[in-house]
Amino acid sequence: MSDRRFHFVSTDRRVREDRRFVVGHGRFAADIALPGTRHIAIVTCPHPAARIVAIDKGAALAMPGVHYVLDGRELAAATAPLMAGLDTPNVPRRPLAVDVARYSGEWVGAVVADTRALAEDAAEAVEIEYELQPFVLDAEEALAPASPPVHADHGSNVLLDRTFMWGEVERDFAQAPHRQSLRVKWGRSSTVPVETFAVVVSWDAWREILDVWASIQMPKFPDQIAAALRVPGSAVRVHHDVDVGGSYGVKRGIKHTVVAGYLSRRLGCPIRIVEDRLENMRGGDAHGPERLFDVEVAFDDAGVIRSMKMRALDNVGAYAGRSPFQLGKPVGAIVGPYRIGSVQYRAIAVTSNKTVQEAVRAFGQSPTNYAIERMMDEVAKRLGLDRLEVRRRNLIRRQEFPYTIPSGSTYDSGDYHAVIDKVLAHTAYADLIAARDRLRASGRLAGLGIAACLEPSGGNSSFEPLLNPKNTTTTWMDSCRISVDLSGAVTATIHTTSSGQGHETLVGTVVGEVLGLDPDRIRVVRPDSLESLPSNSPVGSRMAIMLGGAAFHAAHKLKAKLTAIAAHDLGIAPERATYRHGDVYDADNPERRLAWQELVTIAHRHFHRLPPGFEPGLAAAHIMQVPTGGTLPTSDGRVQMYPCYSFEFHLVLLAIDPDLGKPEIKRYLVGHDCGTVINPKIVRGMTLGGIAHGIGAALYEEFAYDDQGQLITQTFMDYLLPSSHEVPPIEIIHHETPSPHTVFGQKGSGESGYLGAPAAIASAVNDALAPLGITINQTPIKLAWLGDLIAAARQDKENG
Amino acid sequence: MRTELTINGKAHAVDVEPRTTLLDCLRDHLGLTGAHAGCEHGVCGACTVLLDGVAVRSCLMFAVQADGYAITTIEGLSPGPGELSPLQDAFCETHGLQCGYCTPAMILTAHALLADKPEPTRDDIVEAISGNICRCTGYVQIVEAITLAAERLRGANRPPEPQ
Repeated sequence: MSDRRFHFVSTDRRVREDRRFVVGHGRFAADIALPGTRHIAIVTCPHPAARIVAIDKGAALAMPGVHYVLDGRELAAATAPLMAGLDTPNVPRRPLAVDVARYSGEWVGAVVADTRALAEDAAEAVEIEYELQPFVLDAEEALAPASPPVHADHGSNVLLDRTFMWGEVERDFAQAPHRQSLRVKWGRSSTVPVETFAVVVSWDAWREILDVWASIQMPKFPDQIAAALRVPGSAVRVHHDVDVGGSYGVKRGIKHTVVAGYLSRRLGCPIRIVEDRLENMRGGDAHGPERLFDVEVAFDDAGVIRSMKMRALDNVGAYAGRSPFQLGKPVGAIVGPYRIGSVQYRAIAVTSNKTVQEAVRAFGQSPTNYAIERMMDEVAKRLGLDRLEVRRRNLIRRQEFPYTIPSGSTYDSGDYHAVIDKVLAHTAYADLIAARDRLRASGRLAGLGIAACLEPSGGNSSFEPLLNPKNTTTTWMDSCRISVDLSGAVTATIHTTSSGQGHETLVGTVVGEVLGLDPDRIRVVRPDSLESLPSNSPVGSRMAIMLGGAAFHAAHKLKAKLTAIAAHDLGIAPERATYRHGDVYDADNPERRLAWQELVTIAHRHFHRLPPGFEPGLAAAHIMQVPTGGTLPTSDGRVQMYPCYSFEFHLVLLAIDPDLGKPEIKRYLVGHDCGTVINPKIVRGMTLGGIAHGIGAALYEEFAYDDQGQLITQTFMDYLLPSSHEVPPIEIIHHETPSPHTVFGQKGSGESGYLGAPAAIASAVNDALAPLGITINQTPIKLAWLGDLIAAARQDKENG
Repeated sequence: MRTELTINGKAHAVDVEPRTTLLDCLRDHLGLTGAHAGCEHGVCGACTVLLDGVAVRSCLMFAVQADGYAITTIEGLSPGPGELSPLQDAFCETHGLQCGYCTPAMILTAHALLADKPEPTRDDIVEAISGNICRCTGYVQIVEAITLAAERLRGANRPPEPQ
């Protein structure tokens, strides 16, 4: 996949981070061992809703090695509530429950002891008297006015209920000859990284600074910690040189860090919280969207959809945080890759007595894409048309870009039909259908699944002002600083943590490309938060665009400095000074040149040779704004949400054992277009991993609750992550439509596998079940349930 | 409780509570942080180490039970500072990892497989690593890494062709 436009970009180079991990020299938060560290175990509420009547700490505090038991009242008196995304002042969120606990697993106390084991022992000895309260688990029940409000002061469970109208929806519905409605449900699952959340903090009372090492992927993390602890931002120093063991959205850790930070100040020692798996699954506040969609479309005889009405009802759990914004991100691609002319979108978020949601890969867009793609299949079925043909007719055409969708975002570039053609040139559609039919003839249920998806990337977090008018955010910048030392070595910076995305490789490649230097010789470091320029962390598929862009511009600034120094020293006009691979020569007389080391020496030692007004030394920095700028949403909720839109097309051949209900993916093809690929290994890995994650969401993973409000899938025995047996070989067909908005034409690539896979697999399952007359409209499609459905349908058939 | 553990060819005397898992002992008492906790109930495999060459979950056994075995951790696989074993190098070549959290255990599991089966089929590899959860990669590049390492190791062990 080498590209002659570039020296290093798009070449199949190794990922520099990999070396430290394969030898066990990653540096994860739980690896940080500070002398004198004390450990925390969490006391959790066993009930879905309860008033805390009394807490008896006596027995726990009497145990050897136990130092402290913190409760919610004490913490609340000393700290500010955690930041909420929406303007919901009566839904306060605290790290430890204050007087009322609102879900089973909620944190009510934190026990501090010399070891984690002693803290766990003592946590069991904390006696809490509860008075049970009514609770609600289901979103529709929570929405009903008579349901018990999770937050009594808020008065209802509705956090958000907003209807957007983009275009002439009623007119378009009236004019279209056909309508189809559909209800689909996206089950509650999440990203569930193998590393749980871990944080180590240490308060230095003499320097008045809190050092934090945490497994975070969180925008504006230090600011939130400082605000909650009521200390200046400069009193929180977050160390970014911590490797994060997977996140895919959820590693936010605000409440963990506030508890640890408070206790470190209170007790004068380093404090460590490393969740165990149970704490993580029940009370880590890292569940994902659980969403009910009612979709209706109006379409013509050819299956071309003219208008769509979508109602999305999300069960966000007991507290809000940022999670309701996951109903906002889909606005940036509300019609997917299709030319739907008008849209009505009603977004509703309700609280319930379930674990709190956090950001999950693609931030709410994957459920929405599942709903849109299910509808595409339904339209095809209704008209008796081929599912692929219906999609082709609805997809935006290459010549229509830039294409503005009804909700105000303009898609930058794409050639969706070309991607599909390429996939089908790799394996003919007819051959896949024939393979499916052979499987059917052999007695198995078999289906072909189809889904397209867009991956919006690199945006301004515009869903914040869209859903909260008091929030006026219009930038989501990222930064890079490059310095050259006296030896001529180049060092570039990243101002956030990474969780497997290869950002050091990204920055090395980009800086090397611009400066014409070997990327492996570019040192990439991560200053702590107090030494850092602004970053908004690796969320929203943004780093190739935003960190890559910042590194590109910083490198160009550095190059401009070197060129100016050389022009001055050579006594030539600046435009004649030509930079190449670190040296600068006179374009009119290439023999006259200054080598890299000479230029560096001038900058560092020879002020008398610098152009007038030049600062000595050699460094450059760039803080990058989102390429499409930043504007607030219009009053009807239109906004440019993302600058770049990647495209994927998924084709899945799946067989189901009719006796066991066990699905088996026989072929998985994906056409992938994320513009210019900076590192092919990384992009391939992201695509494959995203698909694996999507297979889990479609077939295996669910945070299931019983009717008593207890989470019944809280270990890896019952919350099933795909193993190597469940993920088939995946064939990626690459296409490249550069973005006009980015420095190399790159777009985001971390999410599209997860955006398309659940829809594609659901489509395959439904195609497989079609001969039995079964349609499944919810995820996950679990094996046992599928087996029962098939058995019942076969029984019905036999009974005739 | 005093116990003697032989780790990466070196004897270590440690004083641990009887209930201390081998994983916690390696990490907290010996500073060998390449073994990771993921689930602590034996499903994810992130804590895998080798006991007499067999891949086991260090979260499911007590440190005192490991007395008398030859324990290999990820720290014992690298030939020297800055050097990679052929298997470790193959993981870098195919990018068989992302966040790196499951990686040491995955490599130890693969190491045990290749010691047992120098010519594994894809099914052998998939079966061997099926007890190690990776959330990042979807396993495809991991299977490629192990396949590549097996090929290279077989090549390295072959006598030179006669001139």
